[in-house]
Amino acid sequence: MNAYDWQQMLLLFAALLLLVKPLGAYMAKVYQGETTFAAPLLRPCENLLYMLGRINKADDMDWKQYAGALLLFNLVCCAALMAMLLTQHLLPLNPQQLPAFPWQLALNTAVSFVTNTNWQNYGGESTASYFTQTAGMTVHNFVSAATGMTVAIALIRGFVRRKTALLGNFWVDLVRTVLYILLPISCVAALFLASQGVIQNFAAYKTAAPLQAGGLAMQIPMGPVASQEAIKELGTNGGGFFNANSAHPFENPTPLTNFAEIFLILLIPASLTYTFGVMAGNTRQGWGLFIAMLLLLTAAFAVLQWAESSGNPAISGLGVQSGNMEGKEVRFGLVGSNLFAVVTTATSCGAVNAMHDSLTPLGGLATLSLILTGEVVFGGVGSGLYTMLAFAVIAVFVSGLMIGRTPEYLGKKIEVREIWMSILTVLTAGVVVLVFSGAALLVPSAVTSMSNPGAHGLSEVLYAFASMANNNGSAFAGLNGNIPFYNLLGAAAMLIGRYVPVVAVLAMAGSLAEKKYIPPSLGTLPTDRAPFVLWLILVIVVVGALTFFPALAMGPIAEHLLMTGGK
Amino acid sequence: MAKHPQSSPSAFDGQLLRGALADSFKKLDPRSLWRNPVMFAVEIASAVTLFTFLQSLVGAAAEPVWFTGSVSLCLWATVLFAAFAEALAEGRGKARAASLRKSRTNIMAKRLAAPAFGAEYTLVEANQLRKGDHILVETNDLVAGDGEVVAGAALVNESAVTGESAPVIRESGGDRSAVTGGTTVIANAVVVRITTDPGETFLDRMIALIEGAKRRKTPNEVALEVLLIALTLVFFLVCVNISPLSVFSVKAISHGQPVSLTILAALFVCLAPTTIAALLPAIGIAGMNRLFQKNVIALSGRAIEAAGDVNVMLLDKTGTITLGNREAAALIPVGGHTERDLAAAALTASITDETPEGRSIVLLAEKHYGLTPQPLPPDAVSIGFNAETRLSGVDLAGRRYRKGAADSVVAFVKQQGGKIPKNLDQLVNGIAHAGSTPLVVCRDAEILGVVNLKDIVKPGIQERFAQLRSIGIKTVMITGDNPLTAAAIAAEAQVDDFLAHARPEDKLNMIREYQEQGYMVAMTGDGTNDAPALAQADVAVAMNTGTQPAREAANIIDLDSNPTKLLDIVEIGKQILMTRGNLTTFSIANDVAKYFAIIPASLASIYPQLEALNIMHLASPHSAILSAVIFNAVIIPLLIPLALKGAKYRPMPAEKLLMFNLLIYGVGGMIVPFIGIKAIDSVIGLFI
Repeated sequence: MNAYDWQQMLLLFAALLLLVKPLGAYMAKVYQGETTFAAPLLRPCENLLYMLGRINKADDMDWKQYAGALLLFNLVCCAALMAMLLTQHLLPLNPQQLPAFPWQLALNTAVSFVTNTNWQNYGGESTASYFTQTAGMTVHNFVSAATGMTVAIALIRGFVRRKTALLGNFWVDLVRTVLYILLPISCVAALFLASQGVIQNFAAYKTAAPLQAGGLAMQIPMGPVASQEAIKELGTNGGGFFNANSAHPFENPTPLTNFAEIFLILLIPASLTYTFGVMAGNTRQGWGLFIAMLLLLTAAFAVLQWAESSGNPAISGLGVQSGNMEGKEVRFGLVGSNLFAVVTTATSCGAVNAMHDSLTPLGGLATLSLILTGEVVFGGVGSGLYTMLAFAVIAVFVSGLMIGRTPEYLGKKIEVREIWMSILTVLTAGVVVLVFSGAALLVPSAVTSMSNPGAHGLSEVLYAFASMANNNGSAFAGLNGNIPFYNLLGAAAMLIGRYVPVVAVLAMAGSLAEKKYIPPSLGTLPTDRAPFVLWLILVIVVVGALTFFPALAMGPIAEHLLMTGGK
Repeated sequence: MAKHPQSSPSAFDGQLLRGALADSFKKLDPRSLWRNPVMFAVEIASAVTLFTFLQSLVGAAAEPVWFTGSVSLCLWATVLFAAFAEALAEGRGKARAASLRKSRTNIMAKRLAAPAFGAEYTLVEANQLRKGDHILVETNDLVAGDGEVVAGAALVNESAVTGESAPVIRESGGDRSAVTGGTTVIANAVVVRITTDPGETFLDRMIALIEGAKRRKTPNEVALEVLLIALTLVFFLVCVNISPLSVFSVKAISHGQPVSLTILAALFVCLAPTTIAALLPAIGIAGMNRLFQKNVIALSGRAIEAAGDVNVMLLDKTGTITLGNREAAALIPVGGHTERDLAAAALTASITDETPEGRSIVLLAEKHYGLTPQPLPPDAVSIGFNAETRLSGVDLAGRRYRKGAADSVVAFVKQQGGKIPKNLDQLVNGIAHAGSTPLVVCRDAEILGVVNLKDIVKPGIQERFAQLRSIGIKTVMITGDNPLTAAAIAAEAQVDDFLAHARPEDKLNMIREYQEQGYMVAMTGDGTNDAPALAQADVAVAMNTGTQPAREAANIIDLDSNPTKLLDIVEIGKQILMTRGNLTTFSIANDVAKYFAIIPASLASIYPQLEALNIMHLASPHSAILSAVIFNAVIIPLLIPLALKGAKYRPMPAEKLLMFNLLIYGVGGMIVPFIGIKAIDSVIGLFI
């Protein structure tokens, strides 16, 4: 890494550290219903929405009502999006007269956007109309992100509240998330991106004359990209406007926009740790989680950066010393691509600015591992925090036993119910990956859609299900996902991977809220200090490693050994 | 008092071992094993390998016969070792229960027609007695059931229950009215009202508890089991997943063998947290037994677990924090007398005083003033303490030596026309305010000085409280003394708080208040008036000498009636949790090494390059897998002693303790199997 590379990386961390506190504190205020500087402008809109929806702000819900409202809302969203995709050809803003989605693809896509996965078995510019992109995808980018955040907030309330069944009102939390947090930031971000050359129009695709005489004319897709790009990163959605996602020059034209996009992806998941700290009454608790996440992120980046700059010995043997540039954009370089790759897989974003399929085996292993550990390294907006908290509950439980006490976290006793729910939250995605990837390798049509046989093909399938079950959405590519098998099984993976943890987390929140608070004593294990943070990291890494070591051994590890062996 | 600690059979007593071995085969029955789901899954995996072994005998399996056979054998051994650990823990209790049961059989009771001496009685068998019946128990009769003395008083030998040979007095009314079935009256007779139905008596409950028959899983145990089951399920899926992945790999690169069923079963058993799952039941049972060896009966496992969580302890001053008796600590002369003068007079006044206070004065005079008590001449008259004068002393050589409470001595002196020194009042009050009792000494009409009788804080109690403080337990002293005295003693004993002028309802309120703030409260008690507070406390220890209501309200009974036992109970409660936590961490940490042994070995035919992961340089794929399986089985019996004794508890702050245990069981748990598997592999290498 040269000085420029270091600057890029350190600047990212510095910017993040600088903004985590103010944004985190702001979000805590929003969720606690306090007045913020944005109130004069937004409060009337908020109240209008409540009036239209006949929502009484003061009506708190217990966990079942909260989960019910959330599931109902998501179901309606999913159905609406699917209807839109199936009738795309009848709807306006379709200058290219793109046809309707086939139903399996529509189902996969609708589920994908509602679950904040944004796995795309379609190419944006060749399949989706402007109406679909703006009224469908972009809207869902907002609400699916908001859904994740409401769950995280409900869980925090579960820890904070005492002897009550009530977790807050889902509709109020949803409205506030979108209105006070997602909309303002994405407006600013969209304007910035547009100023840097990200396009924003509803024009028909342009045709460019061929450069070479006798060559074919090129079609250049257009569209309202900037508005979708901002929330795509901010809401850790990751569904690209174009098939090439953030590698496309209209989505991500310059190193500066690249930096901004990476930053936007991390912004909310990182700040939520501070929100957690503020609401829990001890910001050190939030910083502890933040540091655990940052350390894991840095470690993964180090591996990826090392693997990519070492490249393939077969190529560097030829005197090419640039590292592995295959599948990477020259304008971003190694570090710009690697940072993006690490951040997008660490959070459950899934936007890409480089081909993950072309990463070196160990580089691919680094990104795959970030997904397989359950998307807790900052993770998706909201989902990263709640999954991390579920990991913390398990870590607290085992360490609590080790010091001879009924474990407690943030003054709440961890008992059978919390363990059940944490396990469901943490392990569901892993179970889905194991079962579905095994199944995929037994189905001939699934095997034939791989473009690479052997260890790399295995990595592709593993990555695909890891990405879907963990609601990441990035793809190793190299795998044709638009076949009935992947469309349907993928939809199932995304649904299970999203809603089983969501319901489990809400159930845990309900159970925690009803408990009384136990004041800490010398016998209580402090969870805001280095030993616990290290233990938490260890638990995450060990659970992930034990679950996927055999599969990884037959995938990236075997591939790496084959590569270094010169095969 | 003669102590007969419960005989604690050694863990590896020959007879126990044989019994446990026989029992462990019975426990292999799937109908009983399913109660331990992880081991049940291991049994199924073992059955699978038995099947592949039979297949290999007819040449239909992927692996050689010797390999399948040995793996199967090891897997079965794993299940057997787990059953053995549980059987061994139970066996230790059973031996004790059998001796208890003897004292229960064939007791005949004299059922009275009316609850009074002299009423007619009929002889009935003990098991026909019901709640509310009255029985007559005479000298050398066994008490037929739990009850309360309603008339009379008797000397009772309770050694059958407590192991304590010194007989105790049981009498109607007051706090010593409870009698336990199975004990023997050795003098006098009492009328007892039966308070429990047969089958529910203290003895019955004790036997059930000790045998582990009625042992219900505690909340923490259930939570841990949930975690273990989830991990087992995940590891099962990991193994299932390997199959299609390896089939695919073989097809894709067209060489090698898919991973065989035998190896998948072996891998599953190695990965599943068998070590902790095998020892989990034994840890709980052994914890109960360890308590029992300390003469403490926990009426539920929950109570012991709660003991580990206690963060406030209410302790009675007398007997727990201070020795029951006060002791002379200093002599303060008045009115120009010398200390030595005073010492000599105090010695004389106390020479016939056999109370502990009196003896302590004699001792002080000897030790500090070099005086030797002279035998009294025959004409000396010893004046015992009497309620009227409230003085005691000796008339010697025409002089009257007296000691007593200030007002009594002042009255005695005034009566003889003596003068009262001016500073006496101030002195006496000063001593009282410092938490001690002043005793004034006079010779005829002359007041010589004051003896400072101190409440003696038990030696070493400060250290224990400091220990408790260091693990986050707050101590509260409960006393009937006035606040000033209480404060002085509290300061000396270094308790964190005290409750003076304590009435029973004050205790109850205090417990409620602490609980309201989220604390777990432990207390000890023995009187009927303690019962409400005991019922409210999270951990309630009743003295065995206590009343029936107190014992019913409690969830732990201390057979020795030693209030400091609470500290031991807390320690054992913590030990049980720690043993579970540490072995869980150890069990999971082990998996890392097992992966490094098994994965390169099982995939060797597909990807020989994975040999790079064989960092232990195990000889061959087969010996690698076999070594892992053997290690996994053998570690269980090796850890049985730890499970039975419990992890050593070190009082230190939580964070330090965690780091310490993580170092031993976490880091150690990663390293030990690398060494163990390598060693086993080297031995196997000698044979193949």
